[in-house]
Amino acid sequence: MSSQELVEIRDVNFAYDSRPILKGINMTFPRGRLIAIMGLSGCGKTTLLRHIGGVLKPTKGYVKVDGQVIHELDQDALYLMRRKMGMLFQFGALFTDMTVFDNVAFQMREHTDLPEEIIRDLVMMKLHAVGLYGTQNLMPAELSGGMARRVALARTIALDPMLIMYDEPFAGLDPISLTVVGQLIRRLNDALGATSIVVTHDVQESLKIVDYIYFVSDGAIIAEGSADDIRASGEAFVHQFVYGEMDGPIPFHYPAGDFSKDLGIQSRGADA
Amino acid sequence: MAITRSLRGIGARVVGGVWRIGFGTRFFLMTLFYSGLSFRRFRLTVRELFFTGVMSLIIILVAGLFVGIVLGMQGYETLKRYGSESALGTLVALSLVRELGPVLAALLFASRAGSAMTAEIGLMKATEQISAMEMMAVNPIARVVAPRFWAGVISMPLLAAMFSAMGVFGGYMVGVVMIGVDEGSFWSQMQSAVDFQHDILNGVIKSVVFGVAVTVISLFEGFDAPPTAEGVSGATTRTVVQSSLAILLLDVILTAFMFRGE
Amino acid sequence: MERSTLDLWVGIFVVVGFGALAVLAFKVGNLSTYNVSQSYQLQAYFDNIGGLKAQASVKSAGVLVGRVTEVRLDTSLYKARVTMNIDKRYQFPKDTFANILTSGLLGEQYIGLMAGGDEVMLKDGEEFKKTQSAVVLEDLIGKFLYGKAEETK
Repeated sequence: MSSQELVEIRDVNFAYDSRPILKGINMTFPRGRLIAIMGLSGCGKTTLLRHIGGVLKPTKGYVKVDGQVIHELDQDALYLMRRKMGMLFQFGALFTDMTVFDNVAFQMREHTDLPEEIIRDLVMMKLHAVGLYGTQNLMPAELSGGMARRVALARTIALDPMLIMYDEPFAGLDPISLTVVGQLIRRLNDALGATSIVVTHDVQESLKIVDYIYFVSDGAIIAEGSADDIRASGEAFVHQFVYGEMDGPIPFHYPAGDFSKDLGIQSRGADA
Repeated sequence: MAITRSLRGIGARVVGGVWRIGFGTRFFLMTLFYSGLSFRRFRLTVRELFFTGVMSLIIILVAGLFVGIVLGMQGYETLKRYGSESALGTLVALSLVRELGPVLAALLFASRAGSAMTAEIGLMKATEQISAMEMMAVNPIARVVAPRFWAGVISMPLLAAMFSAMGVFGGYMVGVVMIGVDEGSFWSQMQSAVDFQHDILNGVIKSVVFGVAVTVISLFEGFDAPPTAEGVSGATTRTVVQSSLAILLLDVILTAFMFRGE
Repeated sequence: MERSTLDLWVGIFVVVGFGALAVLAFKVGNLSTYNVSQSYQLQAYFDNIGGLKAQASVKSAGVLVGRVTEVRLDTSLYKARVTMNIDKRYQFPKDTFANILTSGLLGEQYIGLMAGGDEVMLKDGEEFKKTQSAVVLEDLIGKFLYGKAEETK
């Protein structure tokens, strides 16, 4: 059973200063699958990723990756585990003081003793895989948003990780780059035989590519299933989210008092 | 009500301050602990030496020259009243080597290189580069902080020496070349008064201590900065203010130890 | 190897930095006269050293021959014991006078050595037998006024 599941999240609770963020999350990520975690901004999706990466420790429950409980690892074991993971940050988080080449080569140089020629070949391969062969001498500031995201993707897969995490990979991309990045995520997952977790709120793009979806709202899972299950979901919130409706369980108005009272409409009505 | 609220505010600030001091100390110790990489891969440190040392070169040399010129003019004015213009070299050299060189160079270093370090690390944090590094199983203290720390510690005494040397040259230009103080007595009085161990080495020790203080404050402020534009700009300001105060306070302590006037 | 211009600049920086240190040490400071030759220690007792301090120069016929290393009060004699390092190139006879002198009217104080005629030279750790204390300005003025008062009597 454990060999089938790369990541196992069991009853994870987490609170910042007694403010609960995650409330009893249970998730299973089988090997080789591409799974999305969806939800509104601030619902705890990124916090969940940080638990898998071992940056945060759950207040209750555990996260198991490749059979090991993450929060019980010591610093060295955790770093060893992280070498097998890749994470794409929201805006790429490329190292702005290095060229594209050095960015992609970063982990190879830090973690391996490979000679420079082999590193060069590997970097070119990774850049080619994301369609950016030829950009190796540019600085991150010279790249467009979509290109930067793809370079970051090349850097993420530099050491062929078994688990790739994407934190909002589609944020702030134009429609073309969005499709390109989406297809790349799918293709890389299958080509590397990796397991991918995509945290996103971009429903349409991710429904096209993922195998399974978890819907998180307010720190708890409210729906899960394949893309078709989600599209057909009867849950009011999921429906509102998937079809981007303005009003529903998540109201358009901030929960405040009655605005008409604030304008004094009633009293003026009385005058007239 | 107002009193309890302001008392609570003061208490929170004190606790916050002590908290930061503790975190800063741990940060400093971690930097020392993870310094191996800075020397095993010395290229990392050389790269930072370029940004801290070489980039501060011009401002240090120019400022040193100006300070020396002013010291020469002012010193001559004062010494002439007592008929001891020949002691001009002594005055210029001693004030530069003991005090002005290390202190002014460190102040300039704090505002030139220190603030840049804070802003750079703060931005790396704000754009998640630090988190990315951590997720790539690379310790950012070892990879980003420690090389900058050692670059600062190495370049500070060198910059202070350049400042002092330029200052002496400035004093020489004003005193000997322009005003016409006897060149022989300018240098010989200077040499007989400035002691290598007591004055020059103590000056170097001072600048090393200042270098440690300025870089630790700069790096810590960057690392501790809230990941927003205001957070980073506030941290940069704090770097300059706190480094300057630290330099002057440390100078008082070190001077009291070194030059008690036995 | 890439980034060679960066290395060049860092190299220039380090060379200029150490160059400045060397200038400070040799041109501004006294390292050129420091460890060039070995030195030996001599002592002298004075009734009053005035403003003499450690690091004060020791001169003979106006030439710098050494430096004061330590000044302390000898509580068995209640005299000031001054230890000085003398350049090994210079030897002094046993009956050399050690005086505390002042350079200029208000200048700093130093030890002046006036060589005697003895055949035997002072060796490391020995002391000057003949010393003259510092001239204390207040004493001098006091004596002068006292003398004037005597005269007018």
